[in-house]
Amino acid sequence: MNVTIVDYNSGNISSVINSFKEVAKDKVNIEVTSDLNKIKSSDKVVLPGQGSFKSCVDALNNIKGLVDTLNEFAVSNKKPLLGICVGLQMFADIGYEETETKGLGWISGKVSKIDNQNGKFKLPHIGWNQINIVKDSKIFKDIENNSHMYFVHSYEFIPNDKSVISGTTDYSSNIVCSVEKENIFGTQFHPEKSDKTGLKIIDNFISL
Amino acid sequence: MLKNRIIPCLDVKNGRVVKGINFVDLKDAGDPVEQAKIYSDGGADEICFLDITASNENRDTIYDVVDKTSKKCFVPLTVGGGVRSVEDINKLLNCGADKVSINTSAVQNPEVVVESSKKFGSQCIVVAIDAKKNSEKWEIFTHGGRNNTGIDAIEFAKKMEDSGAGELLVTSMDRDGTQVGYDIDLMSKISSKVNIPVIASGGVGNLDHLVDGIKLGHASAVLAASIFHYGKYSVKEAKEYLDSKGIPVRI
Repeated sequence: MNVTIVDYNSGNISSVINSFKEVAKDKVNIEVTSDLNKIKSSDKVVLPGQGSFKSCVDALNNIKGLVDTLNEFAVSNKKPLLGICVGLQMFADIGYEETETKGLGWISGKVSKIDNQNGKFKLPHIGWNQINIVKDSKIFKDIENNSHMYFVHSYEFIPNDKSVISGTTDYSSNIVCSVEKENIFGTQFHPEKSDKTGLKIIDNFISL
Repeated sequence: MLKNRIIPCLDVKNGRVVKGINFVDLKDAGDPVEQAKIYSDGGADEICFLDITASNENRDTIYDVVDKTSKKCFVPLTVGGGVRSVEDINKLLNCGADKVSINTSAVQNPEVVVESSKKFGSQCIVVAIDAKKNSEKWEIFTHGGRNNTGIDAIEFAKKMEDSGAGELLVTSMDRDGTQVGYDIDLMSKISSKVNIPVIASGGVGNLDHLVDGIKLGHASAVLAASIFHYGKYSVKEAKEYLDSKGIPVRI
Protein backbone atom coordinates (compact mmCIF):
# COMPACT_ATOMS: atom_id res chain seq x y z
CA MET A 1 0.00 0.00 0.00
CA ASN A 2 1.10 3.53 -0.78
CA VAL A 3 0.30 6.51 1.41
CA THR A 4 1.25 9.87 -0.04
CA ILE A 5 1.96 12.94 2.03
CA VAL A 6 1.40 15.90 -0.26
CA ASP A 7 4.49 18.11 -0.27
CA TYR A 8 3.29 21.46 -1.59
CA ASN A 9 5.55 23.88 0.33
CA SER A 10 2.99 24.35 3.07
CA GLY A 11 5.58 24.85 5.76
CA ASN A 12 7.16 22.35 8.01
CA ILE A 13 6.06 18.79 7.31
CA SER A 14 9.00 16.85 8.74
CA SER A 15 7.07 15.85 11.84
CA VAL A 16 4.22 14.52 9.72
CA ILE A 17 6.68 12.50 7.65
CA ASN A 18 8.50 11.15 10.73
CA SER A 19 5.32 10.06 12.47
CA PHE A 20 3.84 8.32 9.43
CA LYS A 21 7.13 6.51 8.81
CA GLU A 22 7.25 5.48 12.46
CA VAL A 23 3.77 4.00 12.25
CA ALA A 24 4.14 2.52 8.78
CA LYS A 25 7.43 0.76 9.55
CA ASP A 26 8.00 -1.56 6.59
CA LYS A 27 4.37 -2.50 6.08
CA VAL A 28 3.31 0.57 4.17
CA ASN A 29 5.18 2.72 1.71
CA ILE A 30 5.15 6.42 2.61
CA GLU A 31 5.72 8.80 -0.29
CA VAL A 32 6.34 12.51 0.14
CA THR A 33 5.69 14.24 -3.13
CA SER A 34 3.73 16.71 -5.21
CA ASP A 35 3.99 14.47 -8.27
CA LEU A 36 0.46 14.28 -9.66
CA ASN A 37 0.79 10.75 -11.03
CA LYS A 38 2.10 9.43 -7.75
CA ILE A 39 -0.80 11.04 -5.91
CA LYS A 40 -3.30 9.58 -8.38
CA SER A 41 -1.93 6.08 -8.00
CA SER A 42 -1.62 6.11 -4.23
CA ASP A 43 -4.10 4.42 -1.93
CA LYS A 44 -4.35 7.20 0.63
CA VAL A 45 -3.40 10.82 0.76
CA VAL A 46 -2.39 13.04 3.65
CA LEU A 47 -2.81 16.77 3.24
CA PRO A 48 -0.81 18.64 5.89
CA GLY A 49 -0.90 22.40 6.27
CA GLN A 50 0.89 25.01 8.33
CA GLY A 51 0.85 28.75 8.23
CA SER A 52 -2.19 30.66 7.09
CA PHE A 53 -5.26 29.42 5.19
CA LYS A 54 -4.36 31.77 2.37
CA SER A 55 -0.70 30.72 2.17
CA CYS A 56 -1.69 27.04 2.03
CA VAL A 57 -4.37 27.56 -0.63
CA ASP A 58 -1.91 29.66 -2.65
CA ALA A 59 0.73 26.95 -2.29
CA LEU A 60 -1.74 24.30 -3.55
CA ASN A 61 -2.67 26.47 -6.52
CA ASN A 62 0.97 27.11 -7.33
CA ILE A 63 1.42 23.50 -8.32
CA LYS A 64 -0.30 23.12 -11.65
CA GLY A 65 -3.00 20.46 -11.63
CA LEU A 66 -2.67 19.65 -7.93
CA VAL A 67 -6.13 20.84 -6.88
CA ASP A 68 -7.72 18.94 -9.79
CA THR A 69 -5.77 15.83 -8.85
CA LEU A 70 -6.86 16.07 -5.23
CA ASN A 71 -10.47 16.64 -6.31
CA GLU A 72 -10.32 13.57 -8.47
CA PHE A 73 -8.74 11.53 -5.67
CA ALA A 74 -11.05 12.54 -2.84
CA VAL A 75 -14.28 13.64 -4.51
CA SER A 76 -14.61 11.60 -7.71
CA ASN A 77 -12.73 8.44 -6.70
CA LYS A 78 -13.63 8.71 -3.03
CA LYS A 79 -10.28 7.46 -1.81
CA PRO A 80 -9.29 8.11 1.82
CA LEU A 81 -7.75 11.50 2.52
CA LEU A 82 -6.66 12.96 5.84
CA GLY A 83 -6.26 16.70 6.28
CA ILE A 84 -4.23 17.94 9.24
CA CYS A 85 -4.60 21.43 10.75
CA VAL A 86 -4.83 23.87 7.81
CA GLY A 87 -5.11 20.73 5.66
CA LEU A 88 -8.49 20.17 7.33
CA GLN A 89 -9.44 23.85 7.20
CA MET A 90 -8.99 23.91 3.43
CA PHE A 91 -11.92 21.47 3.08
CA ALA A 92 -14.12 24.54 3.66
CA ASP A 93 -15.66 26.78 0.99
CA ILE A 94 -14.00 29.87 2.33
CA GLY A 95 -11.42 31.06 4.85
CA TYR A 96 -10.99 34.49 6.41
CA GLU A 97 -7.34 34.43 7.52
CA GLU A 98 -5.37 37.38 6.07
CA THR A 99 -8.01 37.89 3.43
CA GLU A 100 -11.10 36.11 2.12
CA THR A 101 -9.82 33.02 0.30
CA LYS A 102 -11.65 30.26 -1.49
CA GLY A 103 -11.04 26.75 -0.11
CA LEU A 104 -11.44 23.34 -1.71
CA GLY A 105 -15.16 23.28 -0.97
CA TRP A 106 -15.28 19.59 -0.06
CA ILE A 107 -17.14 20.17 3.19
CA SER A 108 -19.38 23.18 3.04
CA GLY A 109 -18.54 25.79 5.67
CA LYS A 110 -16.15 28.53 6.64
CA VAL A 111 -12.92 29.04 8.57
CA SER A 112 -12.87 32.03 10.88
CA LYS A 113 -10.91 33.30 13.84
CA ILE A 114 -11.58 31.76 17.23
CA ASP A 115 -13.54 34.19 19.40
CA ASN A 116 -11.05 34.99 22.18
CA GLN A 117 -13.76 36.76 24.22
CA ASN A 118 -11.92 40.06 24.38
CA GLY A 119 -8.57 38.62 25.28
CA LYS A 120 -9.86 36.13 27.83
CA PHE A 121 -8.43 33.32 25.76
CA LYS A 122 -4.91 33.52 24.38
CA LEU A 123 -4.40 32.91 20.70
CA PRO A 124 -2.97 30.82 19.16
CA HIS A 125 -4.69 27.99 20.99
CA ILE A 126 -1.42 26.18 21.75
CA GLY A 127 -0.99 23.03 23.74
CA TRP A 128 -2.74 19.88 24.87
CA ASN A 129 -6.48 19.84 25.03
CA GLN A 130 -8.99 17.04 25.42
CA ILE A 131 -11.17 15.94 22.57
CA ASN A 132 -14.82 15.19 22.92
CA ILE A 133 -15.72 12.45 20.47
CA VAL A 134 -19.22 13.23 19.22
CA LYS A 135 -19.61 10.50 16.64
CA ASP A 136 -17.95 7.26 15.73
CA SER A 137 -15.12 7.92 13.39
CA LYS A 138 -12.92 5.26 11.82
CA ILE A 139 -9.80 7.19 12.79
CA PHE A 140 -10.89 7.16 16.46
CA LYS A 141 -10.90 3.37 16.72
CA ASP A 142 -9.55 2.47 20.19
CA ILE A 143 -9.16 6.15 21.07
CA GLU A 144 -10.75 7.00 24.38
CA ASN A 145 -13.06 9.93 24.75
CA ASN A 146 -11.33 12.92 26.41
CA SER A 147 -7.93 11.90 25.09
CA HIS A 148 -5.38 14.70 24.94
CA MET A 149 -4.24 16.03 21.59
CA TYR A 150 -1.77 18.76 20.66
CA PHE A 151 -3.24 21.89 19.07
CA VAL A 152 -1.72 24.98 17.46
CA HIS A 153 -4.16 27.26 15.68
CA SER A 154 -6.03 30.55 15.84
CA TYR A 155 -8.75 29.76 13.30
CA GLU A 156 -11.55 27.22 13.45
CA PHE A 157 -13.52 25.32 10.85
CA ILE A 158 -17.28 25.82 11.10
CA PRO A 159 -19.04 23.32 8.84
CA ASN A 160 -22.65 23.99 7.80
CA ASP A 161 -23.68 20.39 8.17
CA LYS A 162 -22.92 19.51 11.79
CA SER A 163 -23.21 15.78 11.09
CA VAL A 164 -19.69 15.76 9.65
CA ILE A 165 -18.24 16.72 13.04
CA SER A 166 -16.63 13.76 14.79
CA GLY A 167 -14.93 15.61 17.64
CA THR A 168 -14.84 18.95 19.40
CA THR A 169 -12.56 20.58 21.91
CA ASP A 170 -13.34 23.21 24.49
CA TYR A 171 -11.49 26.48 24.03
CA SER A 172 -13.62 29.59 24.33
CA SER A 173 -16.40 27.53 22.76
CA ASN A 174 -16.78 24.02 21.38
CA ILE A 175 -14.32 24.07 18.54
CA VAL A 176 -14.52 21.50 15.78
CA CYS A 177 -11.39 19.38 16.11
CA SER A 178 -12.15 16.54 13.73
CA VAL A 179 -14.44 15.75 10.83
CA GLU A 180 -15.40 12.72 8.82
CA LYS A 181 -17.39 12.87 5.63
CA GLU A 182 -17.42 9.54 3.84
CA ASN A 183 -13.80 9.07 2.74
CA ILE A 184 -12.63 12.52 3.87
CA PHE A 185 -11.07 12.85 7.32
CA GLY A 186 -9.58 15.81 9.04
CA THR A 187 -8.07 16.77 12.37
CA GLN A 188 -7.52 20.29 13.62
CA PHE A 189 -5.05 18.92 16.15
CA HIS A 190 -1.70 17.44 15.23
CA PRO A 191 -1.76 13.64 15.56
CA GLU A 192 1.92 13.63 14.58
CA LYS A 193 2.72 15.60 17.75
CA SER A 194 0.19 13.97 20.06
CA ASP A 195 2.36 11.22 21.41
CA LYS A 196 1.08 7.63 21.43
CA THR A 197 -2.60 8.52 21.04
CA GLY A 198 -1.75 10.62 18.00
CA LEU A 199 0.26 7.81 16.46
CA LYS A 200 -2.72 5.51 17.02
CA ILE A 201 -4.90 7.86 14.98
CA ILE A 202 -2.32 7.78 12.19
CA ASP A 203 -2.28 3.99 12.45
CA ASN A 204 -6.09 3.95 12.21
CA PHE A 205 -5.95 6.04 9.03
CA ILE A 206 -3.24 3.92 7.47
CA SER A 207 -5.19 0.77 8.36
CA LEU A 208 -8.48 1.92 6.81
CA MET B 1 -9.97 22.45 28.70
CA LEU B 2 -6.51 23.55 27.60
CA LYS B 3 -3.82 22.15 29.87
CA ASN B 4 -0.82 23.97 31.24
CA ARG B 5 2.35 22.56 29.79
CA ILE B 6 5.51 21.35 31.46
CA ILE B 7 8.57 21.71 29.27
CA PRO B 8 11.90 20.21 30.29
CA CYS B 9 14.82 21.98 28.68
CA LEU B 10 18.13 20.38 27.75
CA ASP B 11 21.29 22.39 27.21
CA VAL B 12 23.18 20.96 24.28
CA LYS B 13 26.79 21.77 23.43
CA ASN B 14 28.62 20.32 20.44
CA GLY B 15 25.80 17.79 20.12
CA ARG B 16 26.05 16.61 23.72
CA VAL B 17 23.89 17.28 26.78
CA VAL B 18 25.74 19.51 29.19
CA LYS B 19 23.73 18.89 32.33
CA GLY B 20 22.03 15.57 31.97
CA ILE B 21 19.56 13.47 33.88
CA ASN B 22 21.36 11.65 36.62
CA PHE B 23 19.99 8.22 35.89
CA VAL B 24 22.20 5.25 36.46
CA ASP B 25 20.61 3.11 33.81
CA LEU B 26 21.36 5.53 31.00
CA LYS B 27 23.56 4.03 28.35
CA ASP B 28 24.92 7.39 27.38
CA ALA B 29 24.09 10.26 29.71
CA GLY B 30 25.37 12.80 27.21
CA ASP B 31 23.09 11.74 24.40
CA PRO B 32 20.39 14.38 23.90
CA VAL B 33 18.23 12.00 21.88
CA GLU B 34 18.08 9.45 24.66
CA GLN B 35 17.39 12.11 27.28
CA ALA B 36 14.62 13.67 25.21
CA LYS B 37 13.05 10.26 24.81
CA ILE B 38 13.05 9.74 28.59
CA TYR B 39 11.29 13.06 29.01
CA SER B 40 8.67 12.41 26.36
CA ASP B 41 7.99 8.91 27.68
CA GLY B 42 7.63 10.47 31.12
CA GLY B 43 4.87 12.77 29.97
CA ALA B 44 6.71 15.95 28.99
CA ASP B 45 4.32 18.13 26.99
CA GLU B 46 7.14 19.48 24.89
CA ILE B 47 10.89 19.17 24.71
CA CYS B 48 13.19 22.14 24.46
CA PHE B 49 16.80 22.08 23.28
CA LEU B 50 18.95 25.07 23.96
CA ASP B 51 22.05 24.91 21.79
CA ILE B 52 24.93 26.56 23.61
CA THR B 53 27.62 25.52 21.16
CA ALA B 54 30.08 28.36 21.08
CA SER B 55 32.21 27.68 18.05
CA ASN B 56 30.86 28.09 14.57
CA GLU B 57 32.47 24.95 13.20
CA ASN B 58 30.45 22.77 15.58
CA ARG B 59 27.14 24.53 15.04
CA ASP B 60 25.88 21.90 12.61
CA THR B 61 25.85 19.29 15.39
CA ILE B 62 22.45 20.54 16.55
CA TYR B 63 20.85 19.65 13.20
CA ASP B 64 21.83 16.04 13.60
CA VAL B 65 20.49 15.99 17.18
CA VAL B 66 17.16 17.50 16.09
CA ASP B 67 16.86 15.09 13.19
CA LYS B 68 17.42 12.04 15.38
CA THR B 69 15.18 13.28 18.20
CA SER B 70 12.27 14.07 15.91
CA LYS B 71 12.33 10.49 14.66
CA LYS B 72 11.91 9.18 18.21
CA CYS B 73 9.86 11.76 20.10
CA PHE B 74 6.35 12.53 18.98
CA VAL B 75 5.68 15.57 21.11
CA PRO B 76 6.54 19.13 20.04
CA LEU B 77 10.22 19.96 19.89
CA THR B 78 11.44 23.51 20.35
CA VAL B 79 15.00 24.43 19.47
CA GLY B 80 16.82 27.65 20.31
CA GLY B 81 20.27 29.07 20.69
CA GLY B 82 22.28 30.82 18.02
CA VAL B 83 19.37 31.16 15.59
CA ARG B 84 20.31 34.12 13.43
CA SER B 85 18.39 34.06 10.20
CA VAL B 86 15.34 32.84 8.35
CA GLU B 87 17.64 30.26 6.76
CA ASP B 88 18.70 28.94 10.20
CA ILE B 89 15.03 28.57 11.10
CA ASN B 90 14.29 26.82 7.84
CA LYS B 91 17.12 24.34 8.44
CA LEU B 92 15.96 23.52 11.97
CA LEU B 93 12.35 23.04 10.85
CA ASN B 94 13.48 20.80 8.01
CA CYS B 95 15.42 18.67 10.48
CA GLY B 96 12.23 18.12 12.47
CA ALA B 97 11.99 20.99 14.96
CA ASP B 98 8.39 22.10 15.45
CA LYS B 99 9.23 25.50 16.85
CA VAL B 100 12.31 27.63 16.82
CA SER B 101 13.12 30.12 19.51
CA ILE B 102 14.87 33.33 18.55
CA ASN B 103 16.66 35.49 21.05
CA THR B 104 19.49 37.86 20.18
CA SER B 105 18.59 38.22 16.53
CA ALA B 106 14.96 39.13 17.40
CA VAL B 107 16.33 42.09 19.33
CA GLN B 108 18.95 43.11 16.80
CA ASN B 109 16.76 42.57 13.79
CA PRO B 110 13.02 42.20 14.54
CA GLU B 111 12.46 41.71 10.80
CA VAL B 112 13.61 38.10 11.30
CA VAL B 113 10.48 37.54 13.40
CA VAL B 114 8.23 39.29 10.89
CA GLU B 115 9.68 37.43 7.95
CA SER B 116 9.89 33.99 9.54
CA SER B 117 6.39 34.09 11.00
CA LYS B 118 5.05 35.01 7.56
CA LYS B 119 7.04 32.29 5.87
CA PHE B 120 6.56 29.43 8.36
CA GLY B 121 3.56 30.58 10.40
CA SER B 122 3.46 32.12 13.88
CA GLN B 123 2.92 28.68 15.40
CA CYS B 124 6.59 27.81 15.02
CA ILE B 125 8.13 31.14 16.04
CA VAL B 126 8.96 31.54 19.72
CA VAL B 127 10.71 34.70 20.84
CA ALA B 128 12.98 34.18 23.84
CA ILE B 129 13.18 37.21 26.09
CA ASP B 130 16.01 37.32 28.62
CA ALA B 131 15.25 40.09 31.09
CA LYS B 132 16.91 41.52 34.14
CA LYS B 133 15.42 43.92 36.65
CA ASN B 134 16.86 47.40 36.73
CA SER B 135 15.13 49.47 39.44
CA GLU B 136 11.46 49.56 38.40
CA LYS B 137 11.72 48.01 34.96
CA TRP B 138 13.10 44.96 33.26
CA GLU B 139 15.66 45.25 30.51
CA ILE B 140 16.44 42.87 27.68
CA PHE B 141 19.77 41.10 27.65
CA THR B 142 21.19 39.40 24.58
CA HIS B 143 24.12 37.11 23.73
CA GLY B 144 23.23 34.60 26.41
CA GLY B 145 22.71 37.31 29.01
CA ARG B 146 26.00 39.14 28.47
CA ASN B 147 24.81 42.33 26.76
CA ASN B 148 22.36 44.79 28.25
CA THR B 149 20.37 46.48 25.52
CA GLY B 150 18.46 48.83 27.83
CA ILE B 151 15.26 47.85 25.96
CA ASP B 152 12.15 47.59 28.15
CA ALA B 153 11.19 43.92 28.29
CA ILE B 154 7.46 44.44 28.58
CA GLU B 155 7.25 46.80 25.63
CA PHE B 156 9.48 44.48 23.66
CA ALA B 157 7.15 41.56 24.44
CA LYS B 158 4.24 43.49 22.94
CA LYS B 159 6.32 44.39 19.91
CA MET B 160 7.21 40.75 19.35
CA GLU B 161 3.55 39.76 19.52
CA ASP B 162 2.78 42.39 16.88
CA SER B 163 5.71 41.14 14.78
CA GLY B 164 4.18 37.67 14.57
CA ALA B 165 5.66 35.65 17.44
CA GLY B 166 3.39 32.74 18.37
CA GLU B 167 4.72 32.41 21.92
CA LEU B 168 7.11 34.15 24.27
CA LEU B 169 9.70 32.31 26.33
CA VAL B 170 10.46 34.66 29.19
CA THR B 171 13.58 34.06 31.28
CA SER B 172 14.50 36.09 34.32
CA MET B 173 18.28 36.54 34.24
CA ASP B 174 18.19 37.41 37.92
CA ARG B 175 16.65 34.07 38.77
CA ASP B 176 18.24 31.79 36.20
CA GLY B 177 20.29 29.11 37.94
CA THR B 178 19.35 30.33 41.44
CA GLN B 179 16.56 27.80 42.11
CA VAL B 180 14.62 30.41 44.14
CA GLY B 181 11.64 30.51 41.79
CA TYR B 182 10.46 32.42 38.72
CA ASP B 183 10.31 36.20 38.71
CA ILE B 184 6.53 36.17 39.13
CA ASP B 185 6.18 39.91 38.76
CA LEU B 186 7.88 39.86 35.37
CA MET B 187 5.87 36.87 34.15
CA SER B 188 2.51 38.28 35.16
CA LYS B 189 3.27 41.72 33.72
CA ILE B 190 4.21 40.27 30.35
CA SER B 191 1.39 37.75 30.38
CA SER B 192 -1.21 40.45 30.99
CA LYS B 193 0.33 42.68 28.32
CA VAL B 194 0.18 40.17 25.47
CA ASN B 195 -2.50 37.86 24.08
CA ILE B 196 -0.12 35.08 23.07
CA PRO B 197 0.99 32.29 25.41
CA VAL B 198 3.90 32.96 27.77
CA ILE B 199 6.34 30.25 28.82
CA ALA B 200 7.97 31.00 32.17
CA SER B 201 11.64 30.18 32.62
CA GLY B 202 14.53 30.77 34.96
CA GLY B 203 14.84 29.94 38.64
CA VAL B 204 12.83 26.78 39.31
CA GLY B 205 14.06 24.92 42.39
CA ASN B 206 10.98 23.03 43.50
CA LEU B 207 7.52 22.07 42.36
CA ASP B 208 5.79 24.96 44.13
CA HIS B 209 7.70 27.28 41.83
CA LEU B 210 5.97 25.65 38.86
CA VAL B 211 2.61 26.17 40.56
CA ASP B 212 3.44 29.84 41.20
CA GLY B 213 4.53 30.38 37.60
CA ILE B 214 1.09 29.31 36.43
CA LYS B 215 -1.16 30.56 39.22
CA LEU B 216 0.57 33.86 39.98
CA GLY B 217 2.66 34.44 36.87
CA HIS B 218 -0.26 33.44 34.58
CA ALA B 219 2.12 31.50 32.33
CA SER B 220 0.58 29.00 29.91
CA ALA B 221 3.60 26.76 30.21
CA VAL B 222 6.50 26.31 32.58
CA LEU B 223 10.00 25.46 31.51
CA ALA B 224 12.58 23.98 33.82
CA ALA B 225 16.00 22.45 33.44
CA SER B 226 17.94 21.47 36.52
CA ILE B 227 15.10 20.11 38.68
CA PHE B 228 14.53 17.48 36.01
CA HIS B 229 18.16 17.02 34.98
CA TYR B 230 19.44 15.89 38.28
CA GLY B 231 16.52 13.58 38.90
CA LYS B 232 15.25 15.69 41.79
CA TYR B 233 11.78 15.37 40.33
CA SER B 234 10.45 13.50 37.36
CA VAL B 235 8.09 15.14 34.90
CA LYS B 236 5.41 12.77 36.13
CA GLU B 237 5.86 13.87 39.75
CA ALA B 238 5.70 17.49 38.67
CA LYS B 239 2.44 16.88 36.84
CA GLU B 240 0.87 15.01 39.71
CA TYR B 241 1.83 17.84 42.03
CA LEU B 242 0.33 20.49 39.76
CA ASP B 243 -2.79 18.38 39.44
CA SER B 244 -3.07 18.17 43.24
CA LYS B 245 -2.96 21.98 43.32
CA GLY B 246 -5.87 22.22 40.92
CA ILE B 247 -3.83 23.14 37.85
CA PRO B 248 -5.05 21.45 34.67
CA VAL B 249 -2.32 19.21 33.27
CA ARG B 250 -2.21 16.32 30.84
CA ILE B 251 -1.90 13.14 32.85
